[in-house]
Amino acid sequence: MLNGRRFSRGVHPPESKEQTSHLPIRRLPFAPVLIVPLSQHTGAPAVAIVREGQEVVRGEPIAKAGGFVSVPMHAPATGRIEKIALAPSARGDLAKAVYLKPYPSASQEILYGAPQDIEQMTPEQIVHAVQETGVVGLGGAAFPTHIKMKVPEGKKVDTVLVNGCECEPYLTTDHRVMVEQAGEVLHGARIAMKALDARRAIVGVEDNKPDAVEALRTAIGAATDITVEAVPTRYPQGAEKMLIQALFGREVPSGGLPGDIGVAVFNVATLAQIGDLLPRHQGLIERVVTITGPALSKPGNYLTALGTPLRWALEQAGCTDEAASVILGGPMMGSAIGTLDVPITKGVTGILVLARRDVKNHRPIHPCIRCGACVDVCPLYLNPSRLGMLARKERYEEMETEFHLNDCFECGCCSYVCPSRIPLVQYFRISKQMNRERKARERAHSNA
Amino acid sequence: MRNVVYALLPVCAFSVWLFGVSALALIVTAAAASVLTEHLFSKLANRPSSVKDFSVVITGLLLALTLPPGFPLWMTAVGGFIAVALGKMLFGGLGFNIFNPALVGRAFLQAAFPVAITSYTPAMARDRFSEFIPTTLALPFMQPAALTEWIARVRVDAFSGATPLMQQKFDHVTTEILPLFLGKVSGSAGETSALLILLCGAYLIARNFMDWRIPAAMLLSAFLAGGAFHLASPAQYPNPFFVLFSGGLMLGALFMATDMVASPVTPLGVWIYGALMGLVTVIIRFLGGLPEGVMYAILLGNAVSPMIDNLTQPRVFGTRKKAEAKS
Repeated sequence: MLNGRRFSRGVHPPESKEQTSHLPIRRLPFAPVLIVPLSQHTGAPAVAIVREGQEVVRGEPIAKAGGFVSVPMHAPATGRIEKIALAPSARGDLAKAVYLKPYPSASQEILYGAPQDIEQMTPEQIVHAVQETGVVGLGGAAFPTHIKMKVPEGKKVDTVLVNGCECEPYLTTDHRVMVEQAGEVLHGARIAMKALDARRAIVGVEDNKPDAVEALRTAIGAATDITVEAVPTRYPQGAEKMLIQALFGREVPSGGLPGDIGVAVFNVATLAQIGDLLPRHQGLIERVVTITGPALSKPGNYLTALGTPLRWALEQAGCTDEAASVILGGPMMGSAIGTLDVPITKGVTGILVLARRDVKNHRPIHPCIRCGACVDVCPLYLNPSRLGMLARKERYEEMETEFHLNDCFECGCCSYVCPSRIPLVQYFRISKQMNRERKARERAHSNA
Repeated sequence: MRNVVYALLPVCAFSVWLFGVSALALIVTAAAASVLTEHLFSKLANRPSSVKDFSVVITGLLLALTLPPGFPLWMTAVGGFIAVALGKMLFGGLGFNIFNPALVGRAFLQAAFPVAITSYTPAMARDRFSEFIPTTLALPFMQPAALTEWIARVRVDAFSGATPLMQQKFDHVTTEILPLFLGKVSGSAGETSALLILLCGAYLIARNFMDWRIPAAMLLSAFLAGGAFHLASPAQYPNPFFVLFSGGLMLGALFMATDMVASPVTPLGVWIYGALMGLVTVIIRFLGGLPEGVMYAILLGNAVSPMIDNLTQPRVFGTRKKAEAKS
């Protein structure tokens, strides 16, 4: 048995998952125009390989990887490339995207791809094949998955950790994937084990999803290479560092990666896609998105073509005029968006539409009274109170060098508990960005 | 913040029952002076008035509760003004004060009016609901009336004007623990009933408005330090329960040391902070010239709390190995 224990701290917000957790995954029809951004992942943007007016088949590559830390894009529907132009992104800026007009009669069948035998492949070939699928971390981080399947230089990975926690309130995509696609999840996990030469895989699932645990255990059957562990329901249990702490009682070193202690962590939906796509040599063109919230009449878990504009997705989910705020991702880590022309990308786990009565904007921010509530919940034992004060004073560099700003993974527990409603995690995002910009400036300066 | 005010109301009510209209006037004056000062300074600084967050009401109430019941009202008003103006608004208002504002006000009064602030009157005095304590209505800058005659007239048997701490310090008479715990003794307006203060504090702790670790650390450390003195010399020093339930320790530990703004935020820091204040309280009481030391102990704790914070920064996740490697 594992020497597991709870991770410390964190919070327990209302789960609010009952609206969609029992709803089977359903397909969303194609939008009139699909907008496929060339940068939907962490790393270099993909490079378009189609031209305006070209006809593409569903599943056909339309952009190639722009380097090793990059992935290709595939056509989400059969249709014509309308243009390659700037499109609004969830971050608020404009980014290059491929506009695809699906044919009205386009079917959802995937016509592209040829089967390949994974058993015969070497780890290097698997890494390459995973890159070709264009799969990135579907839990929200959108980090290219093939990089995590390459054993870090000079290290050994013995455990593949499959993250099925889904601790964000409201979201149920991973939950439904585990219940309905347990076989694909396990297949993906075994591919990852083969690529990393790991001896075991462990699926960590929060104990508020007993049906997912059951489905996975049934799918595993008598096999002993993969086990399922239920972990306590507590936010942010789904953060890889917290999950590793809960299961193994070990802390990933500050500034380090799970690979440093011999673990590779993958989201369940990511592995389900790999388990599904890799044997057929196909690319990632759709994903499950939880479209939910009090302002929707038809919430659900929708299998959505990548590039579907939010406006279309929300129309399909029965958005009512109660809607006041649209959040991409969950309520804790997601971000409110300013335009519905933003497309759904590979990293979008959910769309949360809050009603007017749930949104309390313009409430005043009070001064920090140093109550220490944030210190008591920070799962990484940072001091958000101090960091917040330094951020207000624009002492960004000190935040990084003295107070471990870069360890913060922006779970938002501090903002959640702050009685003065200080948007701490937002401060930290800005501070990190300021530090990045300062370093870029310094580099440019020293090169000049 | 409003909940802290609610929690203080029973303490205020008990004070009025014990000391009569003078205590009521004292509490109202201190609260009004504090609120008006905060409002005035907000206006001077061209900021929206911060009176509505109720934190200043707490300051006013706490100041009144730490003063002798017959404290002249004009001095009380000065104290309320100093507490809020000097202790809070000059630093930038809520969230920026270094010291507990109520104690800044009281420390000022202690320095400015040393006689008035040590003139205690008996609890449960006759006619206390119909008659002010003579000193209460003293005119500004005039000599307050002498109390000896008045005390002799109104005092009920078994209630003296001297507080249990004074009796202990100067006359070596230790008050029984039970009346001390219940609070029917002479003392500052709202500090007498340890039981009531504990109950009100427990309400705040249960509602999660208060950090229980600070009073726990402070009371425990005062108890242990007092116990150590008592064991060393039982004749000279009272038993540790007397230390716990006498004077302002209970009110200070639960309602003033826990002022979040002036206390540390780190999990280890709050224990050190509380323990330090408890220890200093006992040292002042037993080894210093004053009968009571809670006020200075908390002010000292406030002063060192940023340093405690700096020295007890939490160990960041995933850094244990490095720390071990270093040591």
